Amino acid sequence: MTRNRNLTPERRRRYWRITLASVVLMVVGAMALPLTGYLYVGLSDAYAQGGGAEDSNPRANYWRAVRAGQAGSSADGVNYSSVTGRPMPGSDALWLNRETENLINGDGQNWRQIRNRVIAVYGGWILFGLIVVMLHFYAIRGRVNLEDGASGVKVLRWTAWERFVHWVTAVSFLVLAVTGLSLLFGRSILIPLMGPEGFSVWAAIAMGLHEFVGPWIFTPGVALMIAMWLINNLPEKGDIEWWIKGGGIIGKSHPSSGRLNSGEKLWFWFIATFGVACIVTGVILAFPVEWAQTRSTMQLSNVIHGASALLWIAFWMGHAYIGTIGSEGSLEAMTTGYVDVNWAKQHHDRWYEEIADSAEHVTVQQPAGGATGEPTTAKA
Amino acid sequence: MARMKFLCDAERCIECNGCVVACKNEHEVPWGVNRRRVVVLDDGVPGEKSISVACMHCTDAPCAAVCPVDCFYTTDDGIVLHDKDLCIGCGYCFYACPFGAPQYPQKEAFGVRGKMDKCTFCAGGPAADNSDAEYEKYGRNRIAEGKLPLCAEFCSTKALLAGDGDLVADIYRERLTRRGGRPQQWGWDTAYVEKG
Repeated sequence: MTRNRNLTPERRRRYWRITLASVVLMVVGAMALPLTGYLYVGLSDAYAQGGGAEDSNPRANYWRAVRAGQAGSSADGVNYSSVTGRPMPGSDALWLNRETENLINGDGQNWRQIRNRVIAVYGGWILFGLIVVMLHFYAIRGRVNLEDGASGVKVLRWTAWERFVHWVTAVSFLVLAVTGLSLLFGRSILIPLMGPEGFSVWAAIAMGLHEFVGPWIFTPGVALMIAMWLINNLPEKGDIEWWIKGGGIIGKSHPSSGRLNSGEKLWFWFIATFGVACIVTGVILAFPVEWAQTRSTMQLSNVIHGASALLWIAFWMGHAYIGTIGSEGSLEAMTTGYVDVNWAKQHHDRWYEEIADSAEHVTVQQPAGGATGEPTTAKA
Repeated sequence: MARMKFLCDAERCIECNGCVVACKNEHEVPWGVNRRRVVVLDDGVPGEKSISVACMHCTDAPCAAVCPVDCFYTTDDGIVLHDKDLCIGCGYCFYACPFGAPQYPQKEAFGVRGKMDKCTFCAGGPAADNSDAEYEKYGRNRIAEGKLPLCAEFCSTKALLAGDGDLVADIYRERLTRRGGRPQQWGWDTAYVEKG
């Protein structure tokens, strides 16, 4: 080992300083040099603002404006095409093949991405996930039974007219949901099962049904339901307490409730907002020439329609769950119109208090086993 | 394999609509349906340009991506065609297409659409080549006869070019080179036009 024999401590320190300084210079330089790209960009921008922009290619700028869909790319120009669509008989609006003066409209690409990659993907997973969650919920919680059993005395909850409107709307909702989901997910789910020819036949039927049932049956049904149940869905004091108790979904507590509980009110107001948006956009889509809609209008309508419809179906699954297997005695309220008095006291106590004296009570049968509850005397 | 392309030279197009007429006549396209149209940009303003547009036979076609019945397909030549036996006339391809290529015949009241019709690059459809069924649904199949689209063949100023994309690009590039010094070239304004 003779390497350091001539080094005085002073020289050794000097070597160390040089080595250290070199390493620091390399590290700082390696980090700082790539940042000079910003300097270059900054200088270019400054140059462009200081008169460089006037040297940009006028032809490229012109076609860039055309590509961006600016009709007539000069200041006061408009576009024109002598090839136009065909007039609808008896209408000033033009037939489907319109907007011929529009050379290019890139909005369709955005619509494609939103429909195929957002609505179809997330909407599909939300619906699928909700089914899984509800199956688990039913497995854990099971059916909410009548705590005191059936009293055998019934009271009218839904009139024949209310039930008629409900079921007409319900059946048309199912038709719209099945046909609508077929048109959104059929390509990925049904074509592999049915083949393209078979699915095409179904898709044509589905589209025809959807466009008929939607505007002509479902829309009046929803409008009637909103009109006749609005009075029952106005917020009241008990709603806050109901939400604090979580609606009694978990645990054994039964929050006090009027004719409609706060969960049902949320369902109502969802339909009155999102549902109405779904219906309005659906009508726009079903009559493509009626108001001379542009492509952009149709794209936006389709996005709103699809998103609100999928949310509606998701919400409906909860509604149908509670109305059938989730809660004993709920389904017969909407089928027969009558509910057991014990059901009314358990689920809608404040409503029963209101109508207990005035409503007609019908004694249907003695309670099974006789052990649960005294038969209530019918009141006129 | 060739990739078929349309190119319209806006410096040459004179808005004679010959391409539109040729297309309608060759394919017996029904009234109200136009597979090709000429759009005039800045109509009536100095510098007005016209350009002929039809289906551009996109590589990643938006119409095919949104079709609920998956009726579109791309041929080996890169031509986007569709199967009218599968089409349900929903209109989605029209919403997605940037060029407004998909067209619909009127079927019934309430604006119900018939089966979509669009430019086929004169390549017919999925039916047997040059059969009566193919002609009725999709028009003439000139590609199967070894011919190019009639709109481009018909063009009086050879503004509209159709064919193998490489050849079309070569022709256009040569034209641009020969146009050196014309006002559309970048730099002309800088050298000769007084700035306001």
